[in-house]
Amino acid sequence: MAGVGAPSGSTSGVNYDARGLAEPNAEAPGTAEIDGNTARIDATDLSTRLINLELKRLLNVEGIDEVTIVNPGAKHSVGVGILRRCKINVEGSPGWFAFGLIDGPEVHINGRVGWSCAENMMAGSVVIEGCAGSLTGAALRGGDLVVKGDVGARTGIDQKGGTIIVMGNVGINTGFMMQRGRQIICGNAGHNLGDSMYDGEIYVAGSIASLGVDCVPGGWTDADTELINRKFRIYGLGDPPEFQKFVCGKQLHNYDSLEPSERKLVI
Amino acid sequence: MCGIAGVIHRDGPADLGAELTRMLQSMRHRGPDSTGYALYGPSDDLVVIRFVLSEPRKAKGLGMAERLERNRVEIETRLNKIGADVATMSSETGYAFRATVRYSGELKPLADYLEDVPGCEVLSLGHSLEIVKDLGDAETVAEQYRLPGFVGTHGIGHVRMATESDVDLASAHPYWAYPFSDVAVVHNGQLTNYHQWRRRLERSGHRFQSECDSEIIAVYLAEKMENGASLEGAMKQSLDDLDGVFTYLCVTATELGVAKDEMAAKPLVLFESDDLVAVATEEIAIRALTGMDVETRDPYEREVLVWQV
Repeated sequence: MAGVGAPSGSTSGVNYDARGLAEPNAEAPGTAEIDGNTARIDATDLSTRLINLELKRLLNVEGIDEVTIVNPGAKHSVGVGILRRCKINVEGSPGWFAFGLIDGPEVHINGRVGWSCAENMMAGSVVIEGCAGSLTGAALRGGDLVVKGDVGARTGIDQKGGTIIVMGNVGINTGFMMQRGRQIICGNAGHNLGDSMYDGEIYVAGSIASLGVDCVPGGWTDADTELINRKFRIYGLGDPPEFQKFVCGKQLHNYDSLEPSERKLVI
Repeated sequence: MCGIAGVIHRDGPADLGAELTRMLQSMRHRGPDSTGYALYGPSDDLVVIRFVLSEPRKAKGLGMAERLERNRVEIETRLNKIGADVATMSSETGYAFRATVRYSGELKPLADYLEDVPGCEVLSLGHSLEIVKDLGDAETVAEQYRLPGFVGTHGIGHVRMATESDVDLASAHPYWAYPFSDVAVVHNGQLTNYHQWRRRLERSGHRFQSECDSEIIAVYLAEKMENGASLEGAMKQSLDDLDGVFTYLCVTATELGVAKDEMAAKPLVLFESDDLVAVATEEIAIRALTGMDVETRDPYEREVLVWQV
């Protein structure tokens, strides 16, 4: 019976798969080429699950510290859940949810990525040489996420920490409901920048189509200059352009003692 | 969720059936319940009619083979009565048919007359459009209908994950813009003013084959074009008239267009070269088409893009 329940003895943890889309019996393929403390995975013929099992085998069982993945073929969820310090290079473009839920790796992607790259990243860095889709850095908690091209909509939605740097343009609803952390946008920003943000800082060098609710210009400090210079230096991004800074106006959410009915009158 | 894909060759016809199958199969995870194609072959003087006489799951019942044959004969009789000279009629499944007819009259009376036969649903009518859809993933449907080898210039496809309605043909995309020739739509998203637009279009004399909000888009666009709008103009207007979150593709005999709503909440990736334009919900589908790493981009909110064959 396709996909209902994992076969007896399975250790995969997959126990419900109504449409037969999972691979409950998958094991690390063991096809990577290992050279000392580095390894190379050719992902051409591997499913996402096999890529990730192989990656975790190399990092957690073989003790390899630097892995290069080639031919990722826009497959989804590549490199999710890596929870140790290491270096991961990707030659090509992974698909959606790449390197989500990671805690520690330094990731370099020599290509573009689909939606939701580095979602919920806790620590480490992800550098993308090309463009990225929507929801890049969603719910980012820590670490640095650098995109050298453009990104889609809702960059850093629900961001809780860390730094997102975009060298190109960003789409609508960037920083939506952002709670903490920083976004450094070198290009233009779409409508509703920082809508309903709680806290954090957004720096924009280009034009802004419109600010979202409760997103207001912020006062520039030496700490802002130091932060931007430091991040540009770390990632070799050249001389930073001039930025405008935006912060939360702290009028929308519960930063006061107003009743909801009173708040409608005040805002 | 669902997945959509489209391809347009600007350098002449190609094996659209095989290409779209590769794209759609790569997005099987977005919807393995049903798969559909709107393919544009060489334009012909003949009118191509794709129709079904039963839902696939009901076609195997007791006495159904005889009933389907009886109804097929009735279709042929009605085509002759209305002045459509049947050139060919074939079926790969026993319930889904392809007919070519010589016919120069209005398409609406033709479609209505045929759909009066019990179980009949006209999937598409046109001089080059052919809509094929059935239950299962892309490889299953393509094999069933022998789609690899279908040569044409452009087409769109859809993989569906049934979330709010049944797994059946009526809910499967693409939708033909009844009763307008050679217009079809696939859609990923939800329209929140569906009932309002359905009532408006029904008051204008249109009828709908399904309860699916996506069908609204097809008829809405075709009506605008019938009234003189370009495809691009109609699609731009739709961004103001249609509420909800959506990304959709619309094809006519000569064009392929994409539109993204103002929230850009539904994904789409675009690859464009001098010879080929490919769009898909996920980049993995574009890789499946090109077989190599290509530069793609995500259109932004409220973007409407239209390409000519």
